[in-house]
Amino acid sequence: MNKPIRSLAVVFGLLFFALLLGINHLQIVEANTLNAKSDNRRVIDEEFSRERGAILVAGEPIAESVPSETAWEFQRRYPEGKLYSDITGFYSYIYGREGIEQTYNSVLSGNDDRLFVNRLVDLVSNKKPQGGSVELTVNPEAQRAAAAGLAELGANRMGAVVAIEPATGAILAMSSQPSYDPNRLASHDLVAVQDAWKSLNADKNKPMLNRATRSALPPGSTFKLVTAATAIEDLDLKPKDKVKAGRELTFPGISYTLTNSGGGTCGGNEITLQQALSVSCNVSFGWLGLKVGQESLAAKATSFGFEKKPFTDLSSYASTFTAKNTELEPPQLAQSAIGQFEVRATPLQMAMVTAGIANDGIVMKPQLARILRAPNLQVIENIEPEQVDEAMTPADANELTTMMVATVDSGTGRPARIPGVKVAGKTGTAQSAPDRPAYAWFVGFAPADNPQVAVAVLVESTKDTGDIGGGRLGGPIARAVMEAALR
Amino acid sequence: MSTPVWIPRKRRNVELAMLFLAILLTVLARVSIELTVNGSVPSSAYTFAVIFAAAAIGAHLAVRFIAPYADPVILPLVVCLNGIGINMIHRIDLARQAANPDRGSLAASQVTWTAVGIIGFIVVLAIVRDHRVLQKYTYTFGFIAIALLLMPLLPVIGQEIRGARLWIHVGPFSFQPGEAAKISLAIFFAGYLVVKRDALALAGKRFAGIDFPRGRDLGPIGLAWLLSLGILVFQRDLGSSLLFFGLFVVVLYVATERPGWVVVGVGLFLGGAYVANLSFSHVQRRVSAWLDPWANPEQNYQIISALYGMAHGGVLGRGWGEGRPEMTPFSFSDFILTSLGEELGLTGLMAILMIYVLIVERGVRIALTCRDAFGKLLAIGLTASLAFQVFVVAGGVTKLIPLTGLTTPFLAHGGSSIVMNWIIMALLLVISHQTRKPAPEVLEFSSDEATQVVKLR
Repeated sequence: MNKPIRSLAVVFGLLFFALLLGINHLQIVEANTLNAKSDNRRVIDEEFSRERGAILVAGEPIAESVPSETAWEFQRRYPEGKLYSDITGFYSYIYGREGIEQTYNSVLSGNDDRLFVNRLVDLVSNKKPQGGSVELTVNPEAQRAAAAGLAELGANRMGAVVAIEPATGAILAMSSQPSYDPNRLASHDLVAVQDAWKSLNADKNKPMLNRATRSALPPGSTFKLVTAATAIEDLDLKPKDKVKAGRELTFPGISYTLTNSGGGTCGGNEITLQQALSVSCNVSFGWLGLKVGQESLAAKATSFGFEKKPFTDLSSYASTFTAKNTELEPPQLAQSAIGQFEVRATPLQMAMVTAGIANDGIVMKPQLARILRAPNLQVIENIEPEQVDEAMTPADANELTTMMVATVDSGTGRPARIPGVKVAGKTGTAQSAPDRPAYAWFVGFAPADNPQVAVAVLVESTKDTGDIGGGRLGGPIARAVMEAALR
Repeated sequence: MSTPVWIPRKRRNVELAMLFLAILLTVLARVSIELTVNGSVPSSAYTFAVIFAAAAIGAHLAVRFIAPYADPVILPLVVCLNGIGINMIHRIDLARQAANPDRGSLAASQVTWTAVGIIGFIVVLAIVRDHRVLQKYTYTFGFIAIALLLMPLLPVIGQEIRGARLWIHVGPFSFQPGEAAKISLAIFFAGYLVVKRDALALAGKRFAGIDFPRGRDLGPIGLAWLLSLGILVFQRDLGSSLLFFGLFVVVLYVATERPGWVVVGVGLFLGGAYVANLSFSHVQRRVSAWLDPWANPEQNYQIISALYGMAHGGVLGRGWGEGRPEMTPFSFSDFILTSLGEELGLTGLMAILMIYVLIVERGVRIALTCRDAFGKLLAIGLTASLAFQVFVVAGGVTKLIPLTGLTTPFLAHGGSSIVMNWIIMALLLVISHQTRKPAPEVLEFSSDEATQVVKLR
């Protein structure tokens, strides 16, 4: 009877081997996924009572954990409150995490694999484990200027500002209005947190929405930069070359006509490309869009970052050229070329377009985090600039820059002028339909010959703020942010 | 005629030394828990240490004097498991009492039951002495097993707990007869198949290289299968059903040496499992919880919490008293393995599984070396039931296989389980003692040398 006993021994061995494999898989491979589940109270409680790392801007914490006397040992605090809430997000016991708190949670909480040695040392020396810190690219002056600029428009205006350093993609400012105070959600008073959450969600202006990355709206005339870039490349146009202008653009066999804002002629039936951009001539750019074609225009938009989500530090929406990749009819294509119809762009995307032009056509990946550090301040990761795409040749980018400088010097972008600094810019006012609120846009960069900062400003109108104009509303904010960044 | 006789060493001192290690581990774990949770070591910890050590050493002395040639590894391993189990239960007690001071101590009852189990262990060692006497009571044990299995279904004493009807309740005592039935069945199967094995082994048809039994010999396995299905249907106890059937198939296979029986057995099992999954909602629930617990997080809260605990424990574990195993319902009984996985980590859990592996290995070794067929079948039957039980419960709580209700031997809180598992170990040690003890000296009777001398005690 020993032969079957021996084979049974093998079977028992296999059964236990399967158990060992199973728990190894569970506690090593699956463990990270399980620990990251949002209903995992063990991890949430543990993280919540741990000293979480700080989020730093220019060496100052904008989110930090301070000792607390409540059930949990540490309280998350946001010293600047609303100012950085679109970037930091919040850290709540009930509602989880948002923003940088979520994206870099593993470093901030100390659970990151790269902090394994630190955790081991803490374990051996019987110290409480600590989280690492995240240093941001944000320029505090520019951030304040952006928030102040939006605030000056009045609390009921919704809008967003993004400023990028063109050469690196580093985000210098990101602000959205209305905003909220993340301290209210990080409180240990859970009833108060629930009330705050309810009231913030009930607010029809959506204060927790980061409009800079998650509000994709028609970019209007600022999209003409993309059309211009396509035309310069495909049609080999120079700023002085003539393009069609006039009162209207007609389409054979269709009663629809594309007209200019205000009904003018843009200064003749044929004007220079530079003038077309300067006065933001719809007829010219609609005509250029038809000439280069949908495919070319869409490809150019994609190379600037449309259709993708190149920004990974915060949750963001992809900007789109067409809603469903459909074939456009000529009037729709002409409308798309002036940033209407189904074109949707986030302020961040328009800042990327501008920064790409400023950076000799090279579009950089927007980044908020610059350095990740361990609790002992050792650098875990220095986040390197990353190239997204080459949208334009340097020569083409220079030509477009020249035209954008003219737009600020003598065109619609005059409110953004800075004494002593050459500013390049483009306005946009999307008044697509009478029943839809209009959007004012301004994009620009400075100094035009050595760009240090590219800005996109979006101001949404509401029913009670009917008058809207890209240059008038967005220009001063852009100027203030650029001045702050250049200081 | 003087052939050199190999006399196995008793190795009782080795057993004692290993036993001290097991006791030391238990006591240190207790101290560690107290220091982590309370910051100081209360006197109750010392009382526990003394009681536990005394009980373990008592078991050792019983083996030393009653079954001196018994396997020296099993007792320390079992004491170690038992100690780890009590510690985890105590640690969960502390957490439960922190939430609600009125809660009683589960660890205290576990210590009491361990003491009862060790007394049972000593009594079985003392009374049984030679496992072969059990063969005489083959059918008695068969009837006892059936009676025990039917008891929970009786109207007054039977009790349904958590959807399974496995308990009987007499006065203040509740008892899970399935655990005792397991031992009785192992004895019955061994005794029965020793007699019937020739008939079941010899006749048969050959197909695909495997000898299959004749149709009319399928009676016993068919009965065992129906019995298992009966347990599944009437007691809703998936685990025991599986365990009893597996036990029978293993003993049948070893008795007949015919893999054909295993094929038939596995076939019947798969058929039964398929039908059960189609027709019983309690089986379906288990299967769907296994496939995707997060499809219904509220209903599957227990397994989800257990998995989170294991994940949170990771490789090295949170440490004694530093995890939150109490979040999982029944973390001290059905889910004690995941509680250990959370606090002792993958490392500790693997070590615990290795203890089971070693016990199973010793059991297989006893079955291999045992000289009589009944002893072989009984040893492999008891060993297989332990191995299957650990596999089914550990696989269940770690989501390797669907969850079934079985206790974790020596670890889980529960009197019947602790006592009966100690008795299983006593039986294994009795067989091992009988196997390893030197044969009685053969007197030089020239006339009937062929007669085998049997020592009757």
